[in-house]
Amino acid sequence: MNGKTMNAMNRRSLLAAFAAVPLLQSGCASWSAPAPEGSGDLGVVVERARGTLAIINTSRRELVAEVTGLGDLSHASVVFSRDARFAYVFGRDGGLSKVDLLQRRLVARVMQAGNSIGGAISADGTLVAAQNYTPGGVKVFDAQTLKLVADLPTEYAPGRLSRVVGLVDLPGRRFAYCLFDANEIWIADLSDVRGPKLTKLQNVGKSPYDALVTPNGRHYIAGLFGEDGLALVDLWEPEPHVRRILDGYGRGQEPLPVYKMPHLRGWAVAGRYAYLPAIGRHEVLVVDTQSWQEVGRIPVAGQPVFVMARPDGRQIWVNFAVPDYDRVQVIDTPTHTVVATLTPGKAVLHMEFTPRGEAVWISSRDDNRVSVVDTASLQTLAQLDVDAPSGIFFTSRAARMGF
Amino acid sequence: MLSDKLPLIKAGLLLCLAAGLMALPAAAQQAPAREQRLIRMVRQDCGSCHGMHLTGGLGPALTPTALADKPVESLAATIYGGRPGTPMPPWKAMLSEAEASWIAQRLLAGFPQEAQK
Repeated sequence: MNGKTMNAMNRRSLLAAFAAVPLLQSGCASWSAPAPEGSGDLGVVVERARGTLAIINTSRRELVAEVTGLGDLSHASVVFSRDARFAYVFGRDGGLSKVDLLQRRLVARVMQAGNSIGGAISADGTLVAAQNYTPGGVKVFDAQTLKLVADLPTEYAPGRLSRVVGLVDLPGRRFAYCLFDANEIWIADLSDVRGPKLTKLQNVGKSPYDALVTPNGRHYIAGLFGEDGLALVDLWEPEPHVRRILDGYGRGQEPLPVYKMPHLRGWAVAGRYAYLPAIGRHEVLVVDTQSWQEVGRIPVAGQPVFVMARPDGRQIWVNFAVPDYDRVQVIDTPTHTVVATLTPGKAVLHMEFTPRGEAVWISSRDDNRVSVVDTASLQTLAQLDVDAPSGIFFTSRAARMGF
Repeated sequence: MLSDKLPLIKAGLLLCLAAGLMALPAAAQQAPAREQRLIRMVRQDCGSCHGMHLTGGLGPALTPTALADKPVESLAATIYGGRPGTPMPPWKAMLSEAEASWIAQRLLAGFPQEAQK
């Protein structure tokens, strides 16, 4: 008999003892259990200026609690534990925090780097990986304890570490990420955390700035800042290699200034098409995920930052870089046209769909407001006061690959 | 108008350096409301890449220590015209040259915080 079984048994007898308490001591008001609560309709909003996480409820459309003391969250991202109870928060200052959404408190925190950009969690929920700029590399932690289990510096030349972008989880305790400074994609296999295996793909294209894995875990796509095109890897091939897609989409035209880097995630895929932000063009590029050929481009109001499919794929919502960031546009996927332009508030930084997409939550940094918008009627359902809100993350991400 | 302002700014900068002070002379000041907007723009929008605390990200750190060996003119030129071959865009659609110079000087001196709301 191993320790785990013992623990489970002990816990069960303990639970039985607690369950008996109200019967034995009926009339005693001093002890009452909190009402059991699910976490499926919880989420978090990053309050970027205050280093605070606001916990919200998407059914009641209200602020539930605030968790403070999370350091520099001016650029922060969040992944969720498999049971959708814990949020792992990656801060700009290299802080990795674990927040209990049900007990509404910080339960663990480590300073794991000098400058960090985000992270991912393995499919089995046991490993949390952080992607870092300083020092460049990926660090992997035990999801329970936040103890370091693997350090993967991105040394691409003697003594030179690359900044890491585009980190995603892949099936089988693997992670993929891009080396911004080295034009490489690395795949780390952590089946054995004591002996990680790295596969390095070189010359993928100039300055990969972010990446995504498709919802089926098959294709890893890196956006390139330095070239008109994207790098595609088919992870189902026995020996993955990089091929270029949407090559030369700018067709030699002088690019427009990019005041903010776009972000890529698996939300780009809707049905058989992927919708991707162009770099230096005010366009959304549409690519067929069967042939990987361009099938169209949709003119939009500015440099796209987030191009996100509603979970059912019927609409694509787009927000923009400064100075066009007061607008949000909605693309109808059957016709590939912009069907609505909304102005939910000043400086829209992020959007997040409820699990089935009947509503979208939109953060407006300069109005200190989060708006909840009905995706069918486009009416505003609620507005919440949140200080300088940036990223919005719902627990439904826990069940999605690449989130 | 810009060409009128620039010599004044340069003269002002010399004065400033000579006095060993980082407070800016009147000639290089912006209208207070515009100044607050520029401070917010640097913290929030430049902050997308350089960090809200300007400690760096995809773009380099913009703290006085990090910029110690950079001439103010080259910083101003980078802000105004961008750096081809890197993600640093030109900000000339949103700034005048005088404003780019003002930002460069303020970065070297330690960039101001946004006024409290």
